[in-house]
Amino acid sequence: MSNKLIDLVHISKSFDNDMVLDDLNLYIRENEFLTLLGPSGCGKTTTLRILGGFENPDQGQVIFHGEDITHLPPNKRQLNTVFQKYALFSHMTIAENIAFGLKIKKKSKAYIDDKIKYALKLVNLDGFENRKPDSLSGGQQQRIAIARAIVNEPKVLLLDEPLGALDLKLRKDMQYELIRLKNELGITFIYVTHDQEEALTMSDTIVVMNQGYIQQIGTPEHIYNEPENAFVADFIGESNIIPSTMIEDRLVEILGAKFECVDTGFGQNRPVDVVIRPEDIDLVKPEDGTIQGVVTGLIFKGVHYEMDVMAGGYEWLVHSTDMFPVGTRVGIHVDPFDIQIMNKPESEDEEAVISIE
Amino acid sequence: MSKKYFAAPYLVWAVGFIIIPLFMIVFYGFTDRSGAFTLENILAILSHEHAKALWLSILLSLVSTVICLVLAYPLAMILTKRNVNQHSFMVLLFILPMWMNFLLRTLAWQTLLEKNGVINAVLSFLHLPALEIINTPYAIVLGMVYNFLPFMVLPIYNVLAKIDPNVINAARDLGANGVQTFFRVIFPLSIPGVISGITMVFVPAMTTFVISTLLGGSKILLIGNVIEQEFTQGNNWHLGSGLSLVLMVFILISMAFVMKYDKDGEGAMF
Amino acid sequence: MKKHAERIYLALIFILLYAPIATLIVLSFNKSKTRSKWGGFTLKWYSSMFQNSSIMDALYTTLLIALLSAAAATLIGTMAAMGISSMNRRMKTICMSITNIPMLNADIVTGISLMLLFIALGAFGVKFGFGTVLTAHITFNIPYVILSVMPKLKQTNKSTYEAALDLGASPVQAFFKVVFPDILPGVLSGFLLAFTMSLDDFVITHFTKGPGLDTLSTKIYTEVKKGIKPEMYSLSTLLFLSVLLLLLLINLAPNAKKISAENKGNKK
Repeated sequence: MSNKLIDLVHISKSFDNDMVLDDLNLYIRENEFLTLLGPSGCGKTTTLRILGGFENPDQGQVIFHGEDITHLPPNKRQLNTVFQKYALFSHMTIAENIAFGLKIKKKSKAYIDDKIKYALKLVNLDGFENRKPDSLSGGQQQRIAIARAIVNEPKVLLLDEPLGALDLKLRKDMQYELIRLKNELGITFIYVTHDQEEALTMSDTIVVMNQGYIQQIGTPEHIYNEPENAFVADFIGESNIIPSTMIEDRLVEILGAKFECVDTGFGQNRPVDVVIRPEDIDLVKPEDGTIQGVVTGLIFKGVHYEMDVMAGGYEWLVHSTDMFPVGTRVGIHVDPFDIQIMNKPESEDEEAVISIE
Repeated sequence: MSKKYFAAPYLVWAVGFIIIPLFMIVFYGFTDRSGAFTLENILAILSHEHAKALWLSILLSLVSTVICLVLAYPLAMILTKRNVNQHSFMVLLFILPMWMNFLLRTLAWQTLLEKNGVINAVLSFLHLPALEIINTPYAIVLGMVYNFLPFMVLPIYNVLAKIDPNVINAARDLGANGVQTFFRVIFPLSIPGVISGITMVFVPAMTTFVISTLLGGSKILLIGNVIEQEFTQGNNWHLGSGLSLVLMVFILISMAFVMKYDKDGEGAMF
Repeated sequence: MKKHAERIYLALIFILLYAPIATLIVLSFNKSKTRSKWGGFTLKWYSSMFQNSSIMDALYTTLLIALLSAAAATLIGTMAAMGISSMNRRMKTICMSITNIPMLNADIVTGISLMLLFIALGAFGVKFGFGTVLTAHITFNIPYVILSVMPKLKQTNKSTYEAALDLGASPVQAFFKVVFPDILPGVLSGFLLAFTMSLDDFVITHFTKGPGLDTLSTKIYTEVKKGIKPEMYSLSTLLFLSVLLLLLLINLAPNAKKISAENKGNKK
């Protein structure tokens, strides 16, 4: 992908002595769909508000196209925001809402009318010009909020949990809609959410945040398959996180059983955390498994079965299309490349507080 | 039993003591002492003396309303910004003076405004010309503004406090500067409160007879004074009722405005 | 700079609002009987007011009417709010419009309309006096209670009432244990508002009292021409200060609790 567009340099921010962002560094490229993901209070919304110009950082700089915009007021920035709960102007019609930014810029009436038509078509709401926001459903209001922002042709669109208030089905539809929009517009999207599934579906890049720190930056695949610490592993999808010992390169001892893996460079006999995704565990005959256990729980989930397997004193979470009734003795097998080794957190700050909303 | 029957005692009360009494005024207003139908009581408003009083009432109450609005709007904005999200505390600050009797509070302005009163002492200390407004329409306007300002501040404050900060952020985000944001977003959104405030000030100001009695001396008659005298001294209830009906036309117009612009009661006072 | 301007503006408005009150408090300590001259400091009005039986009578009448009318209005108004909130949209609009009449109507019109009613009821033996004033005060107080309670009712979660029924409470128990505590702040502020309005009312009392009965307001009005007795100032000062004290206590107590709770929360 192309050049850097925005650079956040050493950003710190606190409210009433409460550190919300601590020395945050992050760059965003042109035409990227970047998601800030984390539990509430992790600093993701504050980051977005600093980008939009609604908060001033205590320290650090916001660089946009090589220009320092840290203290530029929001109305002078080439960014537009789609707010949580939409923030539509309830005293204006839909057309007036969309025209707001363009009228401020004193565009011609013909231009504005064109833009309104174009924007409404883009969000699939043609013909809604004269309705009032109150008469629209949540999903429709959301689309209007997006239309209102994009007619200004911003370089970057900031979206603050825009789908949070919608129901599941609508949320899924809007996810595809947003991807389509981004591709059609060819601009940068910066998206804030606490929903890991939303982040995985839409993003080019995910920034996982917790307690004011960036925990990991990477592509959805990277974040999912190779979480760097227990917080990321736990926050992104379900997983088995097991304290283990790295015996040597490519060999790890998990709950007393030796597993082959592909990681190197952790040293010898070092304590580590191991992440194994539930769908990466193969249940086999006891004698074929690396470690043996008994199925203690079984739930049918539609696409797959979810099973609990007690083995080595740990309850393993397993997703499989094969069904093993409760009480069955099974063996556990994991392919070497499905075992993800993580360093134990060193400082308390880094330590992930595992609190899922 | 449906819960809605809990409202029954109130509705009986309201019919007996709100609706019927209003019809009593209508009845008296359209009849003469013998009970025959007449329009004379209503048309009496056109007599020179009554028309003058009505005109003065409208004028003074309009001026007071405008002053209240100009004073109250910035005040409400400052209070909203101050993050005094203790709504009850705000209401309290404005309700508290009511615990000092309304008549005494208004009378106190006489002491303050007198030739050798406190205000003129301060003015002469600042080498400013003395203020001689006691027993003039200016004093009446002052009394109106003083008494009814809270009725303007509270509805506006309530509406402003309810505006989602992100709506204001959105306006800024879309390129509006501070002034544009105010005139295009904040003010239009606060209209229900402004309208409600205007009626809450205009109606009592236009109909008062106490403030003019206390601060206007005995020479200045407002329409309220005229009506009051018909009931307490002149003993012509029919004429008093007729003039009241004329007043009620203004009140009804005000109420219609509130209904139109403040359907959800957003601009409520409390 | 802007901050300072805002502060000065706030200060000026509050001077405007509270200057007359300060004036009255000062006058209550004034030795001279005239309002316009300072004759030195004295406490004599504070002792003589208790000997003035007509002032004490007016005070008693005022407080009694305020208390009774506020209590009656709170009872009728709270029930009305509950009833209205469970009505359909059209009935609700009608009821709320009726409720708005005394709020938006001019005091003088409300006053004379009730006066005409009581005169008509004179044929049935109704006499002007305590009863008519009390009735009038209840009438204009009910809307304040309804408008205070309605928003609280709107906020309360309907399912809590149903949850209480589900858990075996009778409708009466469910109301008093679940719904009532929820709307209590609205009921209390409605009562307080009604009490205040009744206490401060002059116009409606003026038209409905008849001869022989006086509240503080009507007494002051008759004294305006011949000169206010200084005891009135001391009585008002006393009333005002005791209410101020009471309200400060009520308002500070829950806030102090809240603040200390927040501090604890922040420490973690």
